[in-house]
Amino acid sequence: MSASIDTPAAAGRPAAAVPGKRPRGRLSENLLGWLLATPFVAVLAVFLLLPIALIFVVSFWETSAYSYGPAFILDNYGYLLTSSVTLSVYVKTLMFTALTWAITLLIGFTVAWFLAFHVRSLGVQISLFLLCTIPFWTSNIIRMISWIPFLGRNGIANSVLLDLGVIDAPLEWLLFSDFAVILAFVHLYTLFMIVPIFNTMMRIDRSLIEAARDAGASGFQVLRHVVLPLTLPGIMIGSIFVVTLVMGDFITVRFMSGGQSASVGRTIANEIALLQYPAASANAVILLVTVLLMVGVLMRFVDIRKEL
Amino acid sequence: MVQRAMTEAATLSLDGVCKHYGDDVLAVDHFTQRFEPSSYVCLLGPSGCGKTSTLRMIAGHEDISSGEIRLRDRTLNRLPPAKRGTAMMFQSYALFPHLSVLDNVGFGLRMRGIDKSERDKRAMALLDLVDMTHLSARRPQQLSGGQQQRVALARALVTEPDVLLLDEPLSALDPFLRIRMRAELRRLQQESGITFVHVTHSQDEALALADRVVLMNAARIEQAGTAQELFDHPRTEFVARFMGGHNVMPLGDNVIAVRTDRMRLGDSTGADDARVEQVEYLGRTVEVSVRRPDGALLTASLEDSRFSQRPWNVGDLAAVSWKESDVRQLEVTHPQ
Repeated sequence: MSASIDTPAAAGRPAAAVPGKRPRGRLSENLLGWLLATPFVAVLAVFLLLPIALIFVVSFWETSAYSYGPAFILDNYGYLLTSSVTLSVYVKTLMFTALTWAITLLIGFTVAWFLAFHVRSLGVQISLFLLCTIPFWTSNIIRMISWIPFLGRNGIANSVLLDLGVIDAPLEWLLFSDFAVILAFVHLYTLFMIVPIFNTMMRIDRSLIEAARDAGASGFQVLRHVVLPLTLPGIMIGSIFVVTLVMGDFITVRFMSGGQSASVGRTIANEIALLQYPAASANAVILLVTVLLMVGVLMRFVDIRKEL
Repeated sequence: MVQRAMTEAATLSLDGVCKHYGDDVLAVDHFTQRFEPSSYVCLLGPSGCGKTSTLRMIAGHEDISSGEIRLRDRTLNRLPPAKRGTAMMFQSYALFPHLSVLDNVGFGLRMRGIDKSERDKRAMALLDLVDMTHLSARRPQQLSGGQQQRVALARALVTEPDVLLLDEPLSALDPFLRIRMRAELRRLQQESGITFVHVTHSQDEALALADRVVLMNAARIEQAGTAQELFDHPRTEFVARFMGGHNVMPLGDNVIAVRTDRMRLGDSTGADDARVEQVEYLGRTVEVSVRRPDGALLTASLEDSRFSQRPWNVGDLAAVSWKESDVRQLEVTHPQ
């Protein structure tokens, strides 16, 4: 951060060229760096660090049937970590995450590959890319709800399949099922995979592809040995987006499963609805730690500073 | 390096090769040339003259609009790059950033399914040829420009091509390194017996390296021949101007060229003599520019010792002359 501030400051100040005066100039440049960073640090402190600290504190508070209040007890964590419900909810959430991740990765990589390497004209490339973002002009909830008339018992999907004679009775698992949850997740989050992958693919030097061809690589070998390894950072960034979004979701699971599936986010939301703030906080802390661990593993594959 | 058996000569020939982009851009216009086996060929010309398009068509990275390219009596037109017996060295070297130097060189062998120990052995042999074995574990971005170029060369040679195609191979290097790598390229070409086709816009490079220079202008071959032929016997005004070292001037209805180092400056004999406008000291020679009364600006390149005996100053009058045998008649290049 300070390096990017140093350069223009030094260029604008001719005195920096005098060797003897250099150390004092450095000092004030450092100070300037810190001052410039202060507003952002303040915003993060108030809106990110403080709430997390509060959640952490509240997770040790005590609850009774009708009240909760300050204390330092480990009961919230004790209950959470020994309950079999917690385990099954985490398994379910991780299942949603894994499937959504795999499908969005497959679709995201394919779409990005097509856009970056098979669409020749920049104009078409940009318009197709914008086309991908059109669903994002409406809110998450609207996009989710619009699936309901399509997938419902008498919805468009079922009536078309019935009319075509493919099925005899309406498919029950289309809506209010795990299938519907994952379908909605994929619909909502594939773009978060496409964008970073497309971005890294566009930065691959085209002469590398030609060099691989020149060395005798087939289309698949170019993909496997050149494009895939060079796209890995984008894949990891997209994966971080999708994993954190799905792990923290509660609304999609509730709507699309019709209340039949649980997820960590829904558990927390329920506890908040019941004013069980300490339990919800403990749950949130565990979820945060889990997601941070997953992101930590993903970050091992990529030097994120280099990519931004 | 494997010395190739010369039973079947690896002659590369292009016959009426054209390249169109869209309907109205003609990048290469009926390129016809024969390149002898194990020769060093330079495709020379200003930017946009079609030399790179020609090279890319030989490599197979660009479709041929019409005409035919042959190597060892095989038509290359429809073959994929790796099946042509050519290998290309890219201008930016195009080394794979995610692979080590050794794996970069062995890439072509890996694509052919040759197992690791064998391809490492062969890659090492080529790294040895370009004197880079000690850096085989590095990544390309940890190498200097000259080192990257050696790796790119080794990678292009690993598949044992008949023809190595080099796209402006020296342009990314600083001037000192450029001259060193130039000698290196020439040595490698002579040791390997492979035909090198080298694209450049620098006439110095072409003169220093090439057995055969093909000078292109506006999609066409302007003149092809040995370096001496192009420099000493330019066919057209464009060639004389592009190769440099010539005074191009009108003489009656014709245009002639005289090499600047064949010009003589003598003491003034009359008012219609030329006036010295500029004197440039270049070390071994001194370039004296004189303006004739008819407006033509001529340059005489004088040896340092000759200039010391008779120094010229700006504003002096000088009688300019040359021997009849030094005059070259030029075909006028008409703008197209």
